Amino acid sequence: MSEQMKDLVRLAASGKINRRAFVGRMGALGLSATTASTMFGIVAHAEGAPVMGGTLRAGVQGGQSTDSLDPALAASDVPFMINMTWGETLVELEPGGVLSMRVAEEVTSNADATEWKFKIRQGVTFHNGAPVTAEDVVATLKRHTDDKAQSGAQGLVKGIAEMTAEGDTVTLKLAAANADLPFLMADYHLIIQPGGGVDNPAAGIGCGAYMVKEFEPGVRCVMEKNPNYWDKTRGFADVVEVLSINDNTARTAAITAGQIHMMTRVDPKIAEMLASAEGVVIERAAGPGHYVFIMHCDKAPFDNNDLRMALKLSVKRAEMVEKILGGMGSMGNDFPINAAYPLFDETIPQREFDAAKAAEHYKASGHDGSPIVLQVAPAAFPGAVDAANLFVASANEAGIPLTIKLEPDDGYWSNVWNVAPFCASYWGGRPVQDQMYSTAYLSTADWNDTKFVDANFDALLVAARGELDPVKRKAQYSEMANILRDTGGLICPMFNDWVEGRRAEVGGWQANPAGTLMDGKALVKCWLNA
Amino acid sequence: MRIPFSALLGLAVMGLMLLSSVLAQWVAPYGLNETVGKVWENPSATFWLGTDQIGRDILSRLLYGGQVTIFVAAASSALAFSMGAFFGFLAAVRGGWVDTTLSRIVDVMMAVPSLIVALVVLSVLPLTLPTLILVMGVLDSTRVFRLSRAVAADIAVMDYVEAAKLRGEGQSWIIFREILPNAMSPLVAEFGMRFIFAVLFISTLSFLGLGIQPPDTDWGGMVRENKEGLIYGKSAAMVPAAAIAVLAIAVNTVADWILSRTSSLKGGRNG
Amino acid sequence: MHPLITLVVQRIALGLILLLAVSVLIFLGVEALPGDTAQAILGQGATPETLANMRESLGLNEPAISRYFTWLGHALTGDFGVALTNKIDIAQAIGQRLGNTLFLAACAGVIAVPFAIGLGLLAARHNGRWPDKLISGVTLAAISLPEFVAAYFVIYLLTQVFPVLQPVSMVFPGMGFLERLHAVALPVIVLVMVVLAHMMRMTRAAILNVMQSPYIETAELKGLSPMQVIWRHALPNAVAPIVSVVVINLAYLVVGVVVVEVVFSYNALGQYLVDHVTKRDLPVVQAVGLIFAAVYIGLNIFADVVGIVANPRLRHPK
Repeated sequence: MSEQMKDLVRLAASGKINRRAFVGRMGALGLSATTASTMFGIVAHAEGAPVMGGTLRAGVQGGQSTDSLDPALAASDVPFMINMTWGETLVELEPGGVLSMRVAEEVTSNADATEWKFKIRQGVTFHNGAPVTAEDVVATLKRHTDDKAQSGAQGLVKGIAEMTAEGDTVTLKLAAANADLPFLMADYHLIIQPGGGVDNPAAGIGCGAYMVKEFEPGVRCVMEKNPNYWDKTRGFADVVEVLSINDNTARTAAITAGQIHMMTRVDPKIAEMLASAEGVVIERAAGPGHYVFIMHCDKAPFDNNDLRMALKLSVKRAEMVEKILGGMGSMGNDFPINAAYPLFDETIPQREFDAAKAAEHYKASGHDGSPIVLQVAPAAFPGAVDAANLFVASANEAGIPLTIKLEPDDGYWSNVWNVAPFCASYWGGRPVQDQMYSTAYLSTADWNDTKFVDANFDALLVAARGELDPVKRKAQYSEMANILRDTGGLICPMFNDWVEGRRAEVGGWQANPAGTLMDGKALVKCWLNA
Repeated sequence: MRIPFSALLGLAVMGLMLLSSVLAQWVAPYGLNETVGKVWENPSATFWLGTDQIGRDILSRLLYGGQVTIFVAAASSALAFSMGAFFGFLAAVRGGWVDTTLSRIVDVMMAVPSLIVALVVLSVLPLTLPTLILVMGVLDSTRVFRLSRAVAADIAVMDYVEAAKLRGEGQSWIIFREILPNAMSPLVAEFGMRFIFAVLFISTLSFLGLGIQPPDTDWGGMVRENKEGLIYGKSAAMVPAAAIAVLAIAVNTVADWILSRTSSLKGGRNG
Repeated sequence: MHPLITLVVQRIALGLILLLAVSVLIFLGVEALPGDTAQAILGQGATPETLANMRESLGLNEPAISRYFTWLGHALTGDFGVALTNKIDIAQAIGQRLGNTLFLAACAGVIAVPFAIGLGLLAARHNGRWPDKLISGVTLAAISLPEFVAAYFVIYLLTQVFPVLQPVSMVFPGMGFLERLHAVALPVIVLVMVVLAHMMRMTRAAILNVMQSPYIETAELKGLSPMQVIWRHALPNAVAPIVSVVVINLAYLVVGVVVVEVVFSYNALGQYLVDHVTKRDLPVVQAVGLIFAAVYIGLNIFADVVGIVANPRLRHPK
């Protein structure tokens, strides 16, 4: 490393330059942007050099004794965190929305984004000793396209018409152009497994920095350092553990008592009090996750856009951010995109509470005055019942007869969500706009939970997907956002920040809005200062 | 009749809670679902007991919540007791196949984990307050049944019951005139306990979606909603928990007093 | 054969028949649960295609009766199959968690039962005076807190103010006995608080009830001390209701401690059952239901037998 580089590292470590400046100046010295970015992540937050050894423990909410190590089935924080620690994907999403190369070394596409090539990194081995090959990658992707795998990523890989492995290169031919394809490959389900994991998908064998030693579903997973791991900037602790601690108070008590080193989901209401505990640091990251109330556009009375508009106008968004998120979040604008996404249009005006306008729209809708029922369960999102109560209070203020029906947590996602015409739900967000819109707002989408159908919107979505000019693309996304905001069935009052806790002795922390605990990589990227 | 001070206090507390709950509409300073302050404000002149997790006045919610809590707990305990004690005594007195049948039915009911029972019931019956009371009452009556049967079985073989049988008294006479008065004390003690369990159970039921529909509330539910604030001493969680404890102690103090009275009465009768 | 033995054997045989009846109920009840395993597993991530595939691969399309007998046959040989959700062997998973459940229940029971009965006797002995009132007041206060409040209270006190114990109580194979005891200390304290008052109050009431009987007065006239009277004459005659309430509470310690398990992340059966109910993992729900039922019925047979043996009149039928 040259003297100039060392100076830059020193500047970054003392917080004197930001990531963009660091990456730019390192680039001038000949370092690739991704390497520089990774380096910045490590040095900028370091209280010193990484410390090797020790046992790093994460207390995570959302574990169940029904959990599995099969990456295709991961659906909550605990399996997500475990899988991200033993497994690796082709690429990863870094803070700031850029991709870094992991199992893939290089990604290229043809001019119209219909064919993509991933060059597989050499010298990477699975925990069982076998080298990671292009064939393994293709087998992995193929398994997720198979109906039998029941993969949560099936929708992402469905658009790949043809996959081939040749030497160290994987070639993906798409049915239709998709400029965002590499982002899809960062999805946490698409962890590369030997032979695609076809024989034993839940074996927990991958090519990550840690190897599964002991796994008790819904309790804990113990993982040991992988001695053959290729990247020396990761994997510092000897042993890492993911503990499933579902109770909020127990989790916070465990971190103040030092039984765990990091925790997910700090209740925003107690964040301030927890931060004042000795040795505990609260970390926040503004991400794409949002809490929503969804109306079915095809069912009465929600098939009337005036009624939908009346409800949208009768939400006190600022109050919800303040009370439900403890101020740790931002107001939503009735479309599922915020500043966490590339190509977000910041000029779209913020929708606010307006009792008079709401009443006007309500009158125009000609609703008969019968109660409008909002179905909600605590499981819908943290604070869902409270948020619903606030919604009812403000809607009643505007003269709209909104009432709550409390549903059981048990069975909520099968009996209410996507079934009831008006209920509470949440979205974790996606790395790019296309993916978010394609997942839930395209008229033919599997998860079109607002039953939203708009031919113009669909056409714009397909056009934007193949559009390589960012300016045109941004305009297309902006138009879509406005369509959804003014005619859609989505009421999106707030985007929630990730609010997490760590011990002060944890080094290398760098918040990543893409997901909880540094997008699942906290145990891999952090170390334990003595 | 001299009422001891503790029982008097218990009665007074119960009376006050009942009265203020019934009058909630008139005495509560704010509405049930009215957000009037910030999150988790401490008690002040404006909000005597502070505010809850979304800024509603706790005193007002406590008063409204008392209606549901006291009514549901009292109704379901009463149902559990009348059913449980009646069948328990019947089983003990009749013996034979009546006893066997009733005992086995109860055994089966108790042996199936209540979570599964509640889930099945929930899927069949509509979710209303009477359903809630019925479910809690019936589930609880099995426990009362076992206790009353055990107590009554002991009494049923006592000489005075034998004597009554020889006198040719009818079954209902034996149950209501011989067994009931003599089994009163453990049953009254149990009633006090069951009442507490009922209060606590209402809040547990909301997990199953059988609970109270918001914005209505019950005291256990209020504690649950604010439970994260408990270890930080937030009044939003402490106040309803304290209310439950005070009510529980009051009911049981009164139960203790009735217990001592019935015991001495009985002593006089059979001594 | 002694009539007592006949009675006991009858009770046990009845218990077994009962268990069979309960197994049918559990099987049918669980089958009748609303919701769909496939949908529950996939959660918010379900699509019509994945749903159909999942239903197919789980074999949810066969008739219920044939599935009951297959299930029962396997269950009798200790084979509960694999969990639908994560393909883990159910018997093995249950074995470990049942051990944890019984360990926790035993620790709490060993402390709570003698303690409760002792306090009950003491309260009865000093009926109406300050020791009685003190014991009643303290146990009542403990029981009238919702379980999680009691749990948070001890967490606050013993991990934050006086950091001597740990808030997360998971136990693992390979842990030593003492290490285990240390791990479960907090949940044990909470469970003792929860079950103490009920048993103590029933003991007290049952003793006081017996104390009104003429033969107690005779004993008192003989000049025995109050504690001797209680111990020798009142207690044996109050055994049936006491055992009955003790058994209810022991059963509760085994079957009903989900809340405490969740708060302390204790890996036992209650949490396991709830997780699988939520996911509609029917084989697991049925297996755990059956085990809980067996524990329950077993404890009740025990209570009945003790009741029979303890009651002099039943012991020597006229």
